[in-house]
Amino acid sequence: MLPPLPESAIRLGAAATDWQDAVRLCGAALRDSGATTDAYTERMISVIEEFGAYVVIAPGFALAHARPGSDVMTDGLAVVTLAEPVRFGHPHNDPVSVIIGLAVTTTDEHVGAVATLANVFNDGAVIPALAAASDDETVRELLGYTS
Amino acid sequence: MKIVAICGAGIGTSAILKLNAERALERLGVEARVSATDVASVGAAASDAQVILTSPELVKHIGATNADIVVIDNYFDLDEITAKLEIAVG
Repeated sequence: MLPPLPESAIRLGAAATDWQDAVRLCGAALRDSGATTDAYTERMISVIEEFGAYVVIAPGFALAHARPGSDVMTDGLAVVTLAEPVRFGHPHNDPVSVIIGLAVTTTDEHVGAVATLANVFNDGAVIPALAAASDDETVRELLGYTS
Repeated sequence: MKIVAICGAGIGTSAILKLNAERALERLGVEARVSATDVASVGAAASDAQVILTSPELVKHIGATNADIVVIDNYFDLDEITAKLEIAVG
């Protein structure tokens, strides 16, 4: 039930100077996969500027996202891992080394994708394994994509 | 019992919290309706709720409420969610 995860949507061991940079990497990956435009990236950053680092929902892990909008072409998922983790400002879960970007066209459609993500990440071993993944195939396997 | 999970955009993180709260309530054997919404709508959505589930980062955005605010640090940790809900609904 997850959106497709093409090579263009995966960035492993990337360099980011701060959380904005990390979210921009995620937005660029969503854009390059054809899911969004750069406007969506800026909206993902705005959500965090407005409401704080609540997107950091588990230790070391952020789910970057914004509401559906005209800057979402199709449902998309992106995976970014950082060579050096960055702080988002969360009181317990910083620093972050794994960021998943999610873009959905309608609020109804995201429920299936989110349920799948919850099932995957309820296994506490997945976040550190993603952080350490060195190739796209490992990422796809960890997220439950079957090739 | 009514429980509301909230996040900034009303999609994504609150939906994960809703799903895992439902699993935690199942473990506890508690009958409850869990909904997900964004923080801007929480006043209306949570007006008759007993519990609001959210991130430590969003507490200051919630405003006045009669519901118990339960702060979850790790949205994927069913043990944490179950333990905190058990206190709130017990």
